[in-house]
Amino acid sequence: MLELFSLGDTGWGDEILRGLLVTAQLAVTTLPVGILLGFFAAFASLSRFVPLRALGVGYTTIMRGLPEILTLFVVYNGVGLLLNSLVQWLSPEAGSIDFSPFAAGVIALGMVFGAFAGEVLRGAFNALDRGQIEAGRAIGMTNSQVFWRISLPQVWRFALPGLGNLWINLLKDTALVSVIALDDLMRMTKVAVGVTKQPFTFYLLACLIYWVLSVLSELVLAAMERRANRGVRRA
Amino acid sequence: MNPMDVIVTYWPRLIDGALMTIRLTLLGAFIAALVSPWLALVRVNTATFIQAPIRVYVSFMRGTPLLAQLFLIFYGSGQFRPELEQWGLWDFFRDPFNCAVLAFALNSTAYQTEILRGGILGVPRGEIEAARAVGMTPIQVLRRVVAPHAYRIAWPALGNEVILLMKASALASIVTVFDLMGRTRQVFSRTFDFSVYLWAALIYLCITATFVLLWRFAERRLSPHLSAADSTAAARLAELEARP
Repeated sequence: MLELFSLGDTGWGDEILRGLLVTAQLAVTTLPVGILLGFFAAFASLSRFVPLRALGVGYTTIMRGLPEILTLFVVYNGVGLLLNSLVQWLSPEAGSIDFSPFAAGVIALGMVFGAFAGEVLRGAFNALDRGQIEAGRAIGMTNSQVFWRISLPQVWRFALPGLGNLWINLLKDTALVSVIALDDLMRMTKVAVGVTKQPFTFYLLACLIYWVLSVLSELVLAAMERRANRGVRRA
Repeated sequence: MNPMDVIVTYWPRLIDGALMTIRLTLLGAFIAALVSPWLALVRVNTATFIQAPIRVYVSFMRGTPLLAQLFLIFYGSGQFRPELEQWGLWDFFRDPFNCAVLAFALNSTAYQTEILRGGILGVPRGEIEAARAVGMTPIQVLRRVVAPHAYRIAWPALGNEVILLMKASALASIVTVFDLMGRTRQVFSRTFDFSVYLWAALIYLCITATFVLLWRFAERRLSPHLSAADSTAAARLAELEARP
């Protein structure tokens, strides 16, 4: 039984670890993309300029209402078609190109993360104490100083629990990219199942690995929240 | 093909898929709604060691991808085919629709249990003490005081959970259930017309929007005494904000 999971040619341990590495790479690459998009979405939906606000609210509302897998297919097939017609247009004799599933995964999951993060961050900006910002201005801070020294550290504190949940969702959503043929944990598990004919054993192993990642994330996030809230008096 | 041609030619398939999506979602959510209140009660009212299995179950369901859970049930059951055949359960597990509903119900049970637990904990202690003081039995307290109030508190979160489940039900297409996502992929593979995905997105948004409206309507019916108070509070807030 255990030799099934060993490293090397006889077992599937190394293949599954390689898949885990792809899953981790995907999640870690997507996170900054998603957070950046989230900030843009939050700024847009808090803007006083109506078209920009409509764009921000529309993006977060529509994106949160669609299945993640649909977004993934839209990005994978849509951007793929777009890239190909672009290449055809630029140089008609060039053959068709393949859109990388990893890039599609980062873009699609980043867009989903960004939409939810936009809502979390909007709430966090709204929770800021206006008086502190006015106080910052009053002692002569520039707008960017107010943002970096007063707003952001507290937005971070307010948004951390929400962003932490989104991170765990992101980790789980990476499993979807196995459907567009990226060799992540889920797909390597599928390969192992195809050869060993032991689907329950291997899918259970995959579940346990994801579970460990989620529980570890929860522990780290709890520690981060404690750190972000140091110096805040308990009510 | 232009986008209109796609919808004109393939709308029966897409509607058929949308109905399947709704069926999957409602069945999964309904089964979970039958089981989760009992688990939530155990989670609130019993000793730690009795709760432990439920905690582990909820943590597992929330900490692993639904896709992996679905594969574990649908493909994983194949590993126990002889045993399942012996018990007459193989016909159930062979059908991807059944496996999808089972996976969704198990997953949603975990989330609904946590939501209802929050609802039960949100019922003010004084209400329960008052009910006991007028001589209600524990069952009566549960039926007449705790359950109605807990559901009122949990209602918006339960609605969110059903919407999340509706979105997640698109995963059923991966185990060959022809829900809206499955039909959409089928049409795309025939036409290579990208616009079918945009139609599917529109239909998903319509399902979500309809559901949100129905759920809010039900919420007003559940808490009629709050809507009047709500509107006066809202009016007072608007008045405050209007001041210079």
